[in-house]
Amino acid sequence: MAEASYPDDLRYHEEHDWARIDGDQATFGVTWYAQDALGEVVFFDPPAVGASVSKDQTYAEVESVKAVSDVFAPLSGEIVEVNEALGDSPERINADPYGEGWMIKVRMSDPSEADSLMDAAAYKEMLENG
Amino acid sequence: MSRYTAVTEQDLKEMLGAIGVGSLDDLFADIPEGVRLGRAIDLPDGRSEQEVHEHLAALAARNVHADAEISFLGAGMYDHYVPALIDTLLSRSEFLTPYTPYQPEVSQGGLQVMFEYQTAISELTGLPVSNASVYEGPSAVAAAGYLAKLETRRTKLVASRGLHPHSRAALATHAAGYGMEVVEVPLDGAAATDLDALAAAVDDDTAAVFVQQPNFLGTVEQLGELGEAAKSTGAMFICAADPLPLGVLKPPGEQGVDICVGEGQSLGNRLDYGGPSFGFFAASDRFIRKMPGRIAGETVDAEGRRGFVLTLQTREQHIRREKATHNICTAQALNALAGVIYLSWLGKRGLIELGELMLRRTHYARETLGLEPINPGPVVREFAVHVPDLDGLFERAHAEGINPGYRLGRDYPEYEDGLLVALTERRTKAHIDRLGRVVAASREGVPA
Amino acid sequence: MSESDTITIFERSREGRRAFVAPAPDDEVPEVAIEELLPEGARRERPAELPEVSEPELVRHYTTLSSKNFHLDEGFYPLGSCTMKHNPKLHERVAALPGHARLHPLQDPEYAQGALELMWSLQGALAEVAGLPHVSLQPSAGSHGELAGLLLTRAYHEAHGEPRTKVLTPDTAHGTNPATVTMAGYQVVKVGTAPDGGVDLDDLRAKADADVACLMLTNPNTLGLFDRNIEEIERIVHDAGATLYYDGANLNAVMGIARPGDMGFDIVHFNLHKTFTQPHGGGGPGAGPIAVSDRIEPFLPVPQVVRQPGRNGSAPRFDLDYDRPRSIGRLRGFHGNFGVFVRTYAYIRSLGGDGLKEASQVAVLNANYLKARLAEEGVGEYLPIAFDRICMHEFVLSGRGAKERLGIKTLDIAKRMLDHKVHPPTVYFPLLVEEALMIEPTETETKERLDHFAAVVRSILEEAREDPEIARGAPYTTPVRRLDEAGAAKRPRVRWRAEEEND
Repeated sequence: MAEASYPDDLRYHEEHDWARIDGDQATFGVTWYAQDALGEVVFFDPPAVGASVSKDQTYAEVESVKAVSDVFAPLSGEIVEVNEALGDSPERINADPYGEGWMIKVRMSDPSEADSLMDAAAYKEMLENG
Repeated sequence: MSRYTAVTEQDLKEMLGAIGVGSLDDLFADIPEGVRLGRAIDLPDGRSEQEVHEHLAALAARNVHADAEISFLGAGMYDHYVPALIDTLLSRSEFLTPYTPYQPEVSQGGLQVMFEYQTAISELTGLPVSNASVYEGPSAVAAAGYLAKLETRRTKLVASRGLHPHSRAALATHAAGYGMEVVEVPLDGAAATDLDALAAAVDDDTAAVFVQQPNFLGTVEQLGELGEAAKSTGAMFICAADPLPLGVLKPPGEQGVDICVGEGQSLGNRLDYGGPSFGFFAASDRFIRKMPGRIAGETVDAEGRRGFVLTLQTREQHIRREKATHNICTAQALNALAGVIYLSWLGKRGLIELGELMLRRTHYARETLGLEPINPGPVVREFAVHVPDLDGLFERAHAEGINPGYRLGRDYPEYEDGLLVALTERRTKAHIDRLGRVVAASREGVPA
Repeated sequence: MSESDTITIFERSREGRRAFVAPAPDDEVPEVAIEELLPEGARRERPAELPEVSEPELVRHYTTLSSKNFHLDEGFYPLGSCTMKHNPKLHERVAALPGHARLHPLQDPEYAQGALELMWSLQGALAEVAGLPHVSLQPSAGSHGELAGLLLTRAYHEAHGEPRTKVLTPDTAHGTNPATVTMAGYQVVKVGTAPDGGVDLDDLRAKADADVACLMLTNPNTLGLFDRNIEEIERIVHDAGATLYYDGANLNAVMGIARPGDMGFDIVHFNLHKTFTQPHGGGGPGAGPIAVSDRIEPFLPVPQVVRQPGRNGSAPRFDLDYDRPRSIGRLRGFHGNFGVFVRTYAYIRSLGGDGLKEASQVAVLNANYLKARLAEEGVGEYLPIAFDRICMHEFVLSGRGAKERLGIKTLDIAKRMLDHKVHPPTVYFPLLVEEALMIEPTETETKERLDHFAAVVRSILEEAREDPEIARGAPYTTPVRRLDEAGAAKRPRVRWRAEEEND
């Protein structure tokens, strides 16, 4: 994805991860800023379905040629689905970080945690102020 | 001005002027008085190249080297014949003087060498992935232990006493750092790893089991059954191998071994009083992102031409820092170059011919020396025997310009009267017969 | 450039060709079937697929490969913290002497007195350079020396009944430092850098508590700056009961001028392949001996090379001492990279004390001169100095000016340098500096070579003002253009295979 974009329908975590909330489930991934800083992603090893993730804790790593970054869970929950396609095509994280580059889907254990996440405007402001 | 620097009076004047200081001392103004040396370094004055050469030659002349005696000394480093073309190629500035290939466009020679070396080691060990070298054998064993820790998160390492004493020692030293316990498994009556003892030592907290092939005493180990016992609780099975015997021995990768490491000196490298040589490190595919050290990978350039780069660098210290798979930076690239040239020189058939030659001569030596074997089972290039009067044997042998081998007692109290005898293709039947006569004379108490 | 240039040795192989001929003396041991010597279960069935080539092909293959390497004997390598100084040619000759090259490490010490004396003398020389009396030559490289240093630290603290859990490193530290900390079982705690480029003393004071085992430092640091507060740093660290470790990568700046032992360091490692001219070999071998203070000495690795007085007025004897009950043990096999010791010793005997000092003085002079040339108008505004102070043997520029004003990054400048037949400096390190270029010319470069490098940099920037695309697409004249590193990491191909599936 050539142009920076931060969709309005997502919630954002300060470690450059996003959450799309849908009922009692949420989908996670990394933001445009994160994939741009990494460069072309070469490897992503998803965690196992059934594992739990905790808000603000790392649940995986994403690897480019020059860096490895921790991926942080914006919310807590149990993993119900992982994006297996990223095994063969990790570059989807660069090309479509909010769509085909999604990483895991969880069933939230505490939906109220979403209140502490940023909206798109607040996240963009955080990026500008460095 | 020395012979390596070139600052003339004129240069100095111009350079200080450009910098904007009055004297050379001004450049060291940041160094507090309290820590300045304030005197000359107390070392002998520098000498001309000729004088340094004479001094070093005089020191070298006081060493009894492998051409000055008939030596059966092995125990981890071996006197193989290294072809002249290795000397020629290794002395090329283009191989000797470049830096690590971080700028791949101007390092394709070195990177392709690494790729070819990795291929050769993979073939030898029967495992699909090799790195571009680590320091040497024993520290490669320690590095494998670290990988086992990262992979399994368990805290115990089990090591056969068949492992080279230096490997066991290095493993213990490193393990004390990364927080693991090392438990040793004894050898059985035939000087092979005691299978029952190994099975008993392995539990749910065992990260890895280490054996050596052939083991330190030269015994060919039964890797298949050792591996089954090792992996019964989910531990990794790690084999330290002597590379040349792998030409005739079933490769560790075909016997359930997860990681194969070893000492590469016998592959085209000098004895050099113990170093530098190289360590090889090969593993199953699933460990590729946990391997230590550099790895060269094939790719293409902007015009579609085949090329090579250092790859998976995010494992390494310069990127991953405290989470790196190992702290290694400088490895043994030049020595690994000698290794791949040597393996290419031997070639597919030469490796087998050399192995078979060593097998036959070792067999002949064991049969004719007239000493009771410690390991009567299959051996390839080295074996151990009981010697009733070791001191007497060594004294006689030395008088005849022969070095009978390595005394086991220092490392193996269980073989206090043991002698480790190594054969390479440089040890002929005539040499073996001479050793046999010395042994016979020693036994009969014939005056030396 | 012909297609055959990128053929591997395996692809040159043809069945039946050979370079090796086994020795076949008339008097040979009896023929025995291999099946009688090795049981079936132990025998190799499928041969290792090593190449089958003749000697001429083998020589030509590797010679051609070598011609694709840029190397120090042909050109300038201003790699920061690598100290790419000239490799004296005498060293290969003395290393090849049979008394050195053909000596088995387990030879009876009685018959290896020349080797042991060489090692003992080298130990003494390194001790004098470091200002610390006890030396172990065993570690195989700088990283190995760092590990030794932290294992010694661990042993020291455990002997005092005070196991500690943390090690401090500056945020400018070379990556080997934090990697070593983890391998040694400690937790990394980063210490910040002050505006003047030295260690942030307040941050250090706050973090140097009773749980800190060690501070790892290099001085001058990776910014090329001598830390003026080193005496205060030493007090803070020792007051906390921790050891002070010196990463010797930058020793080339201070030989004969200041010694780490006098700065208060407890443990020092040397990089013999940096400061002491061991050729880099495209990635090793090197060696990383350590020097330590009295209180650390009991824990040194075994064996130690020792000198004993001669008997009955004869010459002293040298030996390997294994009787060290408090030692951390062995770090590796045998005694270390002896071949490297021979070359290093020859270097030290060639230069002498005055020569080593002069080497450092000229290294610092050359760096400051090059820094001044690169600060000139036309260069300096694009590559501003990260910390505007007198530097030591190296300095760090930031490529942010070029990035903002010319649209080219440090990477592009580095790649364009390859077309000018110089090796780029270290890039993107230290992490503290944006678009970093770390430049260390060393003392063996002439003023003309430094002027030439400055001219190369100037011309690349001028060219970028006209057309930044040129640098972005560089290099053009090297054996290959820029390589697809992402592809190599995504689908790693780390060995040649006969049946190549296209992916």
